[in-house]
Amino acid sequence: MRIVSLIALFLFCVSAQAHAQGGPVQTLLQTHVDDIAKPSRRTIQPVLDDLAASGRPEMVGFLEAWANKGIVQREEDGLFFYAERDGDIYRLRSVEDGQDAGEVGRREATELKPNSGVRKLIATALVQFQLNDPDPDRRRAALDALTRNPTPELLDPLRKSIDGEEVADIRARKEALDRLITIRFGTDTETRVAAIEWMSTQLSLEARAALNAVLATDTVVGQPDSGANIAGLLEVGRDLTEDQALEILAAEDIVPDRVERTERDEVLIAAIEDGAIAGIPVANLDTEDARWAAYGRLVETGDAEPLPDISAVGDLIAANPIYAVFQEPDAAVTDAAQAALQEVENRVLRAEAVDLGLDALSLASIYFLAAIGLAITFGVMGVINMAHGEFIMIGAYTGYVVQLFVPDYTASLVIALPLAFVIAGAAGVALERLVIRHLAHRPLETLLATFGISVALQQLFKNIFGTQAVPLTSPDWLAGAWVVNDVIGISYIRIAIFLMALLFLGLLVYILRRTRLGLEVRAVTQNPGMAASLGIDPDRVGMATFALGSGIAGVAGVAIGLFAQVTSEMGTGYIVQSFMTVVVGGVGSVFGTLAGAGLIGGLQKGIEWLNPSNTLAAQTYMILFIILFIQFRPRGIVAQKGRFVQ
Amino acid sequence: MTSTATNPNGSAVETVDRRRPMLFRTDVLIFLSLLALVTVGATVLAQAGFVSTSFVKLLGKTLCLCLAALAMDLVWGYTGILSLGHFAFFGIGGYAIGMWLMWDRTELIVVETLVRGALPPTPLEIEEAIGTQIFGVVGSSDIPWLWTFAGSLPLQLAFAVLVPGAIALVFGWLAFRSRVAGVYLSILTQAGTLALSLWLFQNDSGLRGNNGLSGLQNLPGLDHVPQSTVSLWFLWASALALGLGYVVAAWTVSGRFGSVLRGIRDDEARVRFLGYEVEHYKLAVFTGTAMACGIGGALYYPQAGIVNPAEIAPIASIYLAVWVAIGGRGRLYGAVIGAAVVSLLSSWFTGGGAPDIDLGVYVIKWTDWWLVLLGSSFVLVTLFAPKGLGGFVDLWTNRRSTRRDDLGPDQGSLRAEEETP
Repeated sequence: MRIVSLIALFLFCVSAQAHAQGGPVQTLLQTHVDDIAKPSRRTIQPVLDDLAASGRPEMVGFLEAWANKGIVQREEDGLFFYAERDGDIYRLRSVEDGQDAGEVGRREATELKPNSGVRKLIATALVQFQLNDPDPDRRRAALDALTRNPTPELLDPLRKSIDGEEVADIRARKEALDRLITIRFGTDTETRVAAIEWMSTQLSLEARAALNAVLATDTVVGQPDSGANIAGLLEVGRDLTEDQALEILAAEDIVPDRVERTERDEVLIAAIEDGAIAGIPVANLDTEDARWAAYGRLVETGDAEPLPDISAVGDLIAANPIYAVFQEPDAAVTDAAQAALQEVENRVLRAEAVDLGLDALSLASIYFLAAIGLAITFGVMGVINMAHGEFIMIGAYTGYVVQLFVPDYTASLVIALPLAFVIAGAAGVALERLVIRHLAHRPLETLLATFGISVALQQLFKNIFGTQAVPLTSPDWLAGAWVVNDVIGISYIRIAIFLMALLFLGLLVYILRRTRLGLEVRAVTQNPGMAASLGIDPDRVGMATFALGSGIAGVAGVAIGLFAQVTSEMGTGYIVQSFMTVVVGGVGSVFGTLAGAGLIGGLQKGIEWLNPSNTLAAQTYMILFIILFIQFRPRGIVAQKGRFVQ
Repeated sequence: MTSTATNPNGSAVETVDRRRPMLFRTDVLIFLSLLALVTVGATVLAQAGFVSTSFVKLLGKTLCLCLAALAMDLVWGYTGILSLGHFAFFGIGGYAIGMWLMWDRTELIVVETLVRGALPPTPLEIEEAIGTQIFGVVGSSDIPWLWTFAGSLPLQLAFAVLVPGAIALVFGWLAFRSRVAGVYLSILTQAGTLALSLWLFQNDSGLRGNNGLSGLQNLPGLDHVPQSTVSLWFLWASALALGLGYVVAAWTVSGRFGSVLRGIRDDEARVRFLGYEVEHYKLAVFTGTAMACGIGGALYYPQAGIVNPAEIAPIASIYLAVWVAIGGRGRLYGAVIGAAVVSLLSSWFTGGGAPDIDLGVYVIKWTDWWLVLLGSSFVLVTLFAPKGLGGFVDLWTNRRSTRRDDLGPDQGSLRAEEETP
């Protein structure tokens, strides 16, 4: 036993030794051993260039540690190590891989202490390393950090790294950062204006921030110096509120500082003598006017700071005009930046409009999928199925259960979609046969009975699957987003839902226009009595449409579950929206539902865009709009015609 | 009235009430005596310490819900308008009274704190302190314009009735004049309710977002009165409101006005052709019942202690319809029975009062399964007992329907009948 452990110890020592001496990093460092141990600003640059030329990723860690005084040189052999001081000893780690390399006493190693000039050069070299890092993600991270905190020293390594850059988006970001730094720190007007003009082709937040930084202003009271780059005269009421103007004037000691109510009250309380302030009993100070009057008396006796004369504010401001002056002295640069900013904002606006359109389209396809099943059952049977939302939920839970058994997300999705159609369709048929058929021609009671089903189903699923949302994970190939530029982007799931909506639109139009069932469905929709007397069995048609409509709701549930939360209550969120879609679009018409979904989706996104902080308000306004819309087109966009339209 | 032949229920009521004064009709008398019995009984038992304060509150709240159900029965059971928004009016009434309760109580507390300061408080200081107290939870201290009159009890009491009335008037006028009816109207009212609740859910609606108004059980300036006494006051007030509501409702449906309402329910087009302004009748019922719901809410929420947007969500209004349907539409006592039975059962089941059932493999906990039971029993009632619990009264009084295939009181919504030329 002892022998074994001895051998192990021996082997360990040998291997540690081998690590310490043999590695390529250490070898490279040893070639510059003196310059690294005692660096100076004049001699260090060639060393750094050489280290950089090695392209070894381990160098990044070494340079960082070097700049932060985390490297020691062992006296006995001159090797470099990462080190941590622990009392009287250094714990050493290898520069190759950070492995433990034993420990030495405090006096047996020297800590490297580069001065601030050297540290700056090291930091620049470090940037160069990060910008040329073989891992694109680390290059992106470095760019993120540099964009947040750009310095003029970066320009050189950045430009050097652009040529070798092969990843397109990183190259574009590097070029953008190059311009960004040029604009901020450039020395001659021409290159800065050129960089600014290039910025006007951009959409990114950084571009806008860079231009805004150029356009930063100070406020100056009174006529500015002749050389100042004046942005404009600030007018009270247009650019400034009166309070802001007073504040600026007070900062210049042109008017006394405003006295806040709390300050006034402190002064008043301090001045209380025998239950009175300047002769006014404290008990009388129960209105604001009385308190200001008491304060005025204290000002007269010199016990309080004077107040600004509110009545003369207009004259004061006229006598002391307030100017905004650019911090940037070069008028050519600010002019170019203003023009570029305007251009960028116009571009952003256009891109936002496109993005909004995509969002609206995606929302409309979701509403279409959710509502189309309802539209056909409502059209054929004239009843509202309040449990329609629960069929969506059944579809989503079907997807979840399938994923429990089929771990591969793509395969489970392929299984779940038809299965959801079948299960939700079967539930729909059961509902039609067991409940709705027995309430024929009593639409209000059907509405309430299906509501009872909806409540029972929700609670049943809550009891089975719990109140927590369950995950329905999309396959990897659906996970990302299609990003056109900084503003326009749409997730692949939403594109897939859009395609699915198109598919079902086509399928339904085909069924309704080209098949026997479709003919019968249209006949029953238009006039059930006449259809029945022509030999069409309305019960059979009703059942078929219910199967179809509920099945589509189930499929929609799988799709919705991929991006929204799957809970037992998810159906309620869609049910009113779906009814709105059907009612606005026109009952019993596929294209009506499409138009309704488009209108409602577009409207909702549009209102959200006008008031982005508040999606709840968007829904409120949209519902109010629909209530008004019904006033003018009570039968919806695509209205059914005929004598027997209810 | 020609409906005598086709509508035996309506004519039966008519012939009775022509001869006897309102208060002495059998059903009104029975109802009022039962109500008095319950109220007096609960008071005596509470004073004797046999029933708890929370039970008295539950009873008082139930009476308020019965008032709302009564209103719902007028608008749905008698006029055939399935409104899925009447509980929103109930909630608005609660908000109106809740604003005063919260404001006044906060004012008292704030003034009490401020007078301890060195200077006597100014109105502005008091207002700011109230603002911070009430709206601190939604990150604001400004007082929204909605609260302009919150300090005045008479005005807020008026708002509890007038605001629901005004909303119902505008909504009803828009809907009825464009002849929106049937399921369209139901969905429209539901959407309107959803819009209102979503608006209330926002923090900047001025009504404290999803926090709602709370602490309403404490009456301002009456902190020294124990809750057991306050609960009895509210029980009596609720009973009074329900009793009055019942008499007014019975009077409304008994005369010519009531006949027109039933006519509208059974065949709107024919009533219109007879020269009646159908829209005016519908609007009057819709608005009047909304105001009644407002009164119910104003009495309910001080007993519940809190009102929030979830109370106004469409589901609550649908439950109101469910109560009426289970109790029996088209008869006033049916609505009251339905609301009382279902809401009391609901609090019994969800409050853990019902014993769990052990099936060996699975334990049925009623807190989980009550909604399943309610939902399915509701379907069963609609399918097999369209007259609801009120149907039992028919068995007892032998008031059998003359038509075998009577589908309940809602024949007006029969599409097939409307289509017969």
